[in-house]
Amino acid sequence: MNVLARVVAHRLFWPVVMLLVLFAINLIAFPGFFTVSVRDGHLFGSLIDILRNGAPTLIIAVGMTLVIATRGIDLSVGAIAAISGAVACSIILGSPTPGSLATVAVAVSVALLISLVLGVWNGFLVAVLGIQPIIATLILMTAGRGVAMLITEGQILTVNSPPFKFLGSGFWFGVPIAVIIAAVVFGLAALITRRTALGMFIESVGINPEASRQAGVRARGLLFAVYTFCAFCAAIAGLILTANTAAADANNTGLFIELDAILAVVIGGTSLAGGRYSLLGTLVGALVIQTLVTTVYTVGIPPIATMVFKAAVVTVVCLLQSPTTAEAFSGFRRRLALRAGKGVAAS
Amino acid sequence: MTKLLDAPQRPARSGGPAGPAQRQGLARSIRSLLTSPKYGPVIVTAVLFVAVFVIGGVRYRGFFSGQVFLNLLVDNSYLIVLAVGMTFVILTGGIDLSVGAVVALSGMIAASLLQSGWSPGVVIPLILVLTSVLGLLVGLMIHVFKVQPFIATLAAMFLARGLCYVISQNSISITDETFVQLAVARIPLGGGMSITPSVIIAVVVVAVAVWVLHATRFGRTVYAIGGGEQSGLLMGLPVARTKVLVYVISGFCSGLAGVLFTFYTLSGYPLTAIGTELDAIAAVVIGGTLLTGGYGFVLGSVLGVLVLGVIQTIITFEGTLSSWWTKIFIGALLLVFIILQKVLTARRR
Repeated sequence: MNVLARVVAHRLFWPVVMLLVLFAINLIAFPGFFTVSVRDGHLFGSLIDILRNGAPTLIIAVGMTLVIATRGIDLSVGAIAAISGAVACSIILGSPTPGSLATVAVAVSVALLISLVLGVWNGFLVAVLGIQPIIATLILMTAGRGVAMLITEGQILTVNSPPFKFLGSGFWFGVPIAVIIAAVVFGLAALITRRTALGMFIESVGINPEASRQAGVRARGLLFAVYTFCAFCAAIAGLILTANTAAADANNTGLFIELDAILAVVIGGTSLAGGRYSLLGTLVGALVIQTLVTTVYTVGIPPIATMVFKAAVVTVVCLLQSPTTAEAFSGFRRRLALRAGKGVAAS
Repeated sequence: MTKLLDAPQRPARSGGPAGPAQRQGLARSIRSLLTSPKYGPVIVTAVLFVAVFVIGGVRYRGFFSGQVFLNLLVDNSYLIVLAVGMTFVILTGGIDLSVGAVVALSGMIAASLLQSGWSPGVVIPLILVLTSVLGLLVGLMIHVFKVQPFIATLAAMFLARGLCYVISQNSISITDETFVQLAVARIPLGGGMSITPSVIIAVVVVAVAVWVLHATRFGRTVYAIGGGEQSGLLMGLPVARTKVLVYVISGFCSGLAGVLFTFYTLSGYPLTAIGTELDAIAAVVIGGTLLTGGYGFVLGSVLGVLVLGVIQTIITFEGTLSSWWTKIFIGALLLVFIILQKVLTARRR
């Protein structure tokens, strides 16, 4: 009983339950859901698809988790993803040898470097100018799409470069590259923030920036670091998305991905009020979202309804997290306990 | 506060002999007007609008005409209505990110219902009711469940966009006669100039909003919540009702803006009006409403819309500049005005 209560009270309990329910629905609708087979030396199966398609969202969500932990938000990730894809594609298109590894390496590094600059810009607006994070990143969210359009000159840039395409749809030891990249980003973030005091500092900034500054935490530097890291993650995701289709589309690359990332973080139990975060929760959250999308396909609901489902999920999660609901629940529990106590007294 | 500070200068200005003292007093009052968080940004915006319009007039032939100005209103009537709703929300210190999606949704509802033969007289009120209800739900989520405004409206945005896709994935064109006639009708103003019925609707909305904000108890409560929700509560103001109503107003305005936008495009398309929320927020901020709430005017927001419109017009007149420069310009302008707000409020403190 005690163990059960502790499991139910765990932060990850409800997200995991949600994931398991989705898995169960899938298994009923499609019995071969869990089978993973090896074809041509690659892993195949619905689970692998979920991991692969969910990788960009997960990568961005990892960056977003740290931003939200400082009581911030980054709405510009979609635009940054579009910019990085546009930069990489235009460099590859402009070079005489689009298929060479060196060209792709240069394109990817330049795209990542530019994302660092964009991240520093966001950090500057939030940490130095003190603009609210929603508005500060809203500026880059719109202006960024304009910049991406400028880079691609308003066209969809299609590249024919095997090494670049490998980034999106390649396999390494049978595992999709995108999944490996996501795992590396996730592992690094978890290692750096949880095995050092960095994570605690980030949380302290989220609780009270001024108090943590007076306690000797360099709040401003941390904010810079967090927004830069988030932009960097967004750029990686943008490169994967672009490489997947081998085309940079300034308007549609990473469209609404900021919402998916925020959703993943919220489902994972990280409070939007900051001061507390769980990277493992974000991982589960990202899997829930991708599984939800897959479920919509396997169950046979028209895929266009996915957004309505996501809206419903985010609403329910927000309502569950709300203090009003918690109060109502505890009041209900107290009344139950009271009634139970009376029952004991009567008998 | 300002009244008390200004009072000693006044006699000198009105009664004293003309001279340096009077000029100094005038300069000081102008400076205090420019640096007040209440009037400063609005005045800067007005000056900016006139400056940009004059620059356009000097640079391009045919720019300096009444019709170009009226076209600003014709092309942006839906944005004016959106900005009015957004002003209410931002005045209370909230934000509404769902407006763009709601515009698209009401366009889709209008197009699909008109296609299946409903009369516009039923469709338009239905849209307004539906979007107001959506706003009500958002408001309740924000007030009762203490969900942050941006996440609640983000969910509403998801919902509205999703419903757009559910209605149809493709563009639906509108062929209903009454609707088309309302869309193409021009009201002549003499001198070869004309406006559309949408402009009149937008002007009426603005007038009503000005009256509500400045002459009713509800309007004063809106300002009070922006100035400090806790103090408002302690003063016994109906904070809960007002906070929810503000989102209902924003929902209603988004629905109306959607109808006006449909007059403009005569079709419904699920991906239309992406990023309109930024335009609306930018217009409100450029128009001098403080993002933290409490200060701002509806007429300032209208001015903000006109500034955005005139920039768009200049980019069109320029011809060589690509249209996506508009987005970059809007972003840059928004940034400048936010920094201006920061500077002004910091100085007052």
